[in-house]
Amino acid sequence: MMTFWRHHRWWLTPTLLILPAAFLFSVVILWSAVESIWISLHDWDGFSPMVWIGFGNYVELFNDPQFYVSLKNNVIWLVMFMAAPPLGLAIALLVNQKIRGMRLMKSLFFIPLVLASVAVGVVFTWVYTPQLGLLALIFGFFGATAPALLSNEHLVTFAIVIAALWPQIAFCMVLYLAGLNNLSEELIGAGRVDGARGWNMLRHIVLPQLTQVTFIAIAVTVVGALRSFDMVSVMTQGGPFGSSEVLAYQMFEQSIFSYRFGYGAAIASVLFVIMAVFIVWYLTRIIRIEERGA
Amino acid sequence: MYPRPIPEDAIWHRRFYFTAVLAILILWLCPLFAVILTSFRSTQDVMGGNLWGWPTQFGLIDNYTSVFTQTPMARYFLNSLMITIPSVIGVLIMSTLAGFVLARYRFRGNMLVFALFVGGNFLPYQIMMIPVRDLMVRIGLYDTPAALIIFHIAFQTGFATLFMRNFIAALPDELFQAARAEGASPFQTLVHVVIPLVRPALAALAILIFTFVWNDYFWAVVLTISDTVKPVTAGLANLRGEWVSAWNLISAGTIVVAVPPVVMFFLMQRHFIAGLTMGAVKG
Repeated sequence: MMTFWRHHRWWLTPTLLILPAAFLFSVVILWSAVESIWISLHDWDGFSPMVWIGFGNYVELFNDPQFYVSLKNNVIWLVMFMAAPPLGLAIALLVNQKIRGMRLMKSLFFIPLVLASVAVGVVFTWVYTPQLGLLALIFGFFGATAPALLSNEHLVTFAIVIAALWPQIAFCMVLYLAGLNNLSEELIGAGRVDGARGWNMLRHIVLPQLTQVTFIAIAVTVVGALRSFDMVSVMTQGGPFGSSEVLAYQMFEQSIFSYRFGYGAAIASVLFVIMAVFIVWYLTRIIRIEERGA
Repeated sequence: MYPRPIPEDAIWHRRFYFTAVLAILILWLCPLFAVILTSFRSTQDVMGGNLWGWPTQFGLIDNYTSVFTQTPMARYFLNSLMITIPSVIGVLIMSTLAGFVLARYRFRGNMLVFALFVGGNFLPYQIMMIPVRDLMVRIGLYDTPAALIIFHIAFQTGFATLFMRNFIAALPDELFQAARAEGASPFQTLVHVVIPLVRPALAALAILIFTFVWNDYFWAVVLTISDTVKPVTAGLANLRGEWVSAWNLISAGTIVVAVPPVVMFFLMQRHFIAGLTMGAVKG
């Protein structure tokens, strides 16, 4: 036994070491993802046996007006979220000065990032509360009445996305601050000698060095926008009348509240396909970088 | 440095710049200030609609006492700790082991395993929701802290392994060659060479995973229903439903949820930022 171990430990040890992580990750995460797609081809209430209905759920989904509302809201999320990288960069540029007290201010700018999204949701629900909230106070100051954002079906999604942008901008800011620390002094110096200033400097000398960071900031922002669930759930529960639902929330509602697990799984699968297109693009890029490095 | 540093001797310019940034910071955090101020108000003021004027009396102590005595917030808080701490420890162990193997052993499929860990990390939660919930129901763990702990360990291991792999891969090769020359087994190499060197990475991961797990809401509502298991995030959402217009209590509850990650962040800021950027910039 001992000799067997000694002869084979060069591959046995690594296998044993990676096994717990690989096992747990494949069973709980990867297998579940595959199983969801399987469930999406069935009619299932979570208790009774599943009934095979082929693409029935998808046919129903593509004829469901709520699906298009959710999809449209996901697009709004995605488009508005794209403001996070440039705004994050703007704040990063603003605080990237060595002045006494600036370090503390930097940390305070990060705070929204570490807040639970539920907390952010509650904070902004309070800000948006008609008549009493901060927004009502500000509008009142100018003699106007603030719209009841969260009960207005045309404005509600925008209001939620603005709340969600708060931590997202902080996230991008952290990334850009790290990027700004790694800028090449020589290139900046050379640029200054050549008389590059302000916008030109940013556009032609600084941003090209931040390509990698920008790529990551956009990646985390896209994923954040597509995953959006917490804020919708906390602020409006998809309301009024489903007008602020996104795919992630619609899926949850159909499964947990209506016990339509097959239909929920179908919505999840559509969301997955949208994300997969993005993941594949992202992964091919990482692997290319890895192989160039190795 | 970019933008060009404001010269040391331009005192007025520096003061003006500082004040301007401070003003922007105050605007940036004003939603949070609004909630903090509200958590100081007495119930009479909140019910009477006096939310922004000078308070007739302060409710600071009352509000926070009520949150812990009249609502199950203390229980939720304890639950959150019982879920978060084991999850962090589990993730650190699993990802160090897996990251070491992926970084230091060349085998067929290494890149594929790595890609699965990274890719799985980007999956939308919803695609795992139904099977994970069903799995937990079937093995009898639904509505127990273990359900959340197992899920969080499994999911966060993806990101953490990517992180640890990159960190260990960046360690100098000579160390590993020397270990091999001395006849150290893979396990000895791990214990005596890798673990002492990855401490900063572990610190960074610990604070990040703590924040992620503490702040999780989705899995909390999917995998738990009872108050004895629910973490603070799901608890706060409940509180909102029950105390609809008692904004002073809800605000105090929000602060209670927010404080642990914020405190952790300020205590371990360097590690937090290093972790976030290292994980993201390399990945």
